[in-house]
Amino acid sequence: MESPVQPQPNPLTIPSYTDLPFYRKQVRIALRNCGIINPERIEEYIERGGYLALAKAVTEMTPDEVIGVMKDSKLRGRGGAGFVTGIKWEFARRSPAKPKYVICNADEGDPGAFMDRSILEGDPHSVIEGMAIAAYAIGSEEGYIYCRAEYPLAIAHLKIAIQQAREFGFLGKNIFGTNFSFDLYIKEGAGAFVCGEETALMASIEGRRGEPRPRPPFPAVSGLWNKPSNVNNVKSYAMTPQIILNGAEWFASIGTESSPGTAIFALTGKINHTGLIEVPMGTTLREIIYDIGGGIPGGKQFKAVQTGGPLGGCLPAEALDTPVDFDSLVQAGATMGSGGMIVVDEDTCMVEFAKYFLTFASAESCGKCVPCRIGGRRLLEVLTRIGNGEGKPEDLDEIEYISRNMKEASLCALGQLTPGPVMASLRFFRSEYEAHIYDKKCPAKVCRGLITYKVIEENCTGCMVCKRNCPAGAISGEKRQVHYIDPNICERCGICIEVCKFDAIMIE
Amino acid sequence: MVATSPITTQTDNPLQDGRKRAMLLAALYIAQEQFGWLSEEAIQRVAERLNLTVGQVKSTASFYTMFKLQPQGKYRIQVCEGLSCYLVGGAEPIINYIAEKLGIQPGETTPDGKFTLEVVQCLAACGTAPAVKVNDELYENMTFSAIDQLLERLQQEN
Repeated sequence: MESPVQPQPNPLTIPSYTDLPFYRKQVRIALRNCGIINPERIEEYIERGGYLALAKAVTEMTPDEVIGVMKDSKLRGRGGAGFVTGIKWEFARRSPAKPKYVICNADEGDPGAFMDRSILEGDPHSVIEGMAIAAYAIGSEEGYIYCRAEYPLAIAHLKIAIQQAREFGFLGKNIFGTNFSFDLYIKEGAGAFVCGEETALMASIEGRRGEPRPRPPFPAVSGLWNKPSNVNNVKSYAMTPQIILNGAEWFASIGTESSPGTAIFALTGKINHTGLIEVPMGTTLREIIYDIGGGIPGGKQFKAVQTGGPLGGCLPAEALDTPVDFDSLVQAGATMGSGGMIVVDEDTCMVEFAKYFLTFASAESCGKCVPCRIGGRRLLEVLTRIGNGEGKPEDLDEIEYISRNMKEASLCALGQLTPGPVMASLRFFRSEYEAHIYDKKCPAKVCRGLITYKVIEENCTGCMVCKRNCPAGAISGEKRQVHYIDPNICERCGICIEVCKFDAIMIE
Repeated sequence: MVATSPITTQTDNPLQDGRKRAMLLAALYIAQEQFGWLSEEAIQRVAERLNLTVGQVKSTASFYTMFKLQPQGKYRIQVCEGLSCYLVGGAEPIINYIAEKLGIQPGETTPDGKFTLEVVQCLAACGTAPAVKVNDELYENMTFSAIDQLLERLQQEN
């Protein structure tokens, strides 16, 4: 019997996933299963085409053919440096020494980046499959996933996934009845950012202090236990099965000529829609921030976007039409890095912003090489001075001098890139630095040494809320009388502004 | 035929030795879980088990922030000071708030041994900042009142 009621479009219908602006422009390759499958059940991964690529590689292709596909796809390492993955594999394959190791760098430490965590938690098998394919290609029988210990759920899901893959015969001896054997182990980090650097990472797997060493020799020649090793990022491995399954042409057709495929960004900061996005390379910053991210909240003005995390750089509004890919971002003055994208609005002081990253990076210096250990410290001193209103005119030259030396003389990428955010903010927001130094003003009204909190007399009702909430006891005044903030006691924490219901406190 | 060497000691096989040393971080975690922190005794035991010197173990343990060379509270409250937390009003205000409530500074433990306050780097919960972690449990979108509730609950637990 037919229903007499005709279906009407219901305004309350939940929109389709692909109709949401946040998802419409996304193309999900590495994130294709995240949130869709149950990561604790290998059956659900298999149902979505999982381990088909591994089967294809080991039963139908030679290792050289696998490397050929990877080279043709021009997949560039998603860890940040953007080296072509296929070429890296070829180096490892040609290295004569044995055994060889396959290593996954899952030591995602950039503040503002959480894509590796999401892939490991939401789709651990894609990484395992990618690593197994890499192992087949380079001729390795043993792999390690070096994962941040701060990610207990990722580690738990990986453990389950590895166990299940062993039970199904995707790891272990004679995979798919061939001569190819491969097994995989998890190594937990212990909270050292520098261990994301590949030579430091391998030192840490070996149970030593995670200090980098000079390259060459590159890991492909002499890596873990001085044997040939192939180190790739989580995202690179997660994309590998799709490339093997769908072919190099398919992958190369997405994105741009020199940076094919998709880029994953963790969109955070002063933006309406935060979260992980995967877009074709070449999408512009404007599309990401406004179309996908929904713009800046509270009607505020966009000021800058930091890409590449604490070792990257910030870009101003003029650079919003920059396409995101490895080369364009570098050309514009930032880096791709591992994919953090932090948006800040007009309320952010760029000196303080740069200082934040510098504080992070210099604290994480392992201390082995002098330019990084001392350069970072000196640079931080200069920035702190400027932020406190004690900056000197020659400080800007000093920043450039120290930065150049760090860039040229540091042992690893941590030291070389530590000055990045400072240099980028100085390049694009020089006037803010100059305002701090010459006018002793913080244009964004953030730097504590350069601002004072004041009561707006006309608005103050004398309700005493600010006085009660002031942690420093800097506010005085009787009930129903205009209050007063003592600038010598005030710690510029901003609590009074938050609690005042009458907009009676301002920053000068 | 290659003649087999008469004596194979451990140092003759660097790969074998290397494998043992590679257990160090995992062994330190186990020791830390058993002892609550890496005391002299814990370090001594790890060194003995892995054929390492106390100096080797200490030098490695002290490199990593997650190995604790001082006694820790039952609940390690780790407040993220990552930029995303800071931008949404977390980090410092939250650290100060907890520090005042517990009467300890970051890095310190309450006299009853219940809480240790720690400031940590990005917990990778930037989309749901501000984030706080207690032992292995992550708490997202933190507010002052959420912290009140959390601390109250932990106070009541044994």
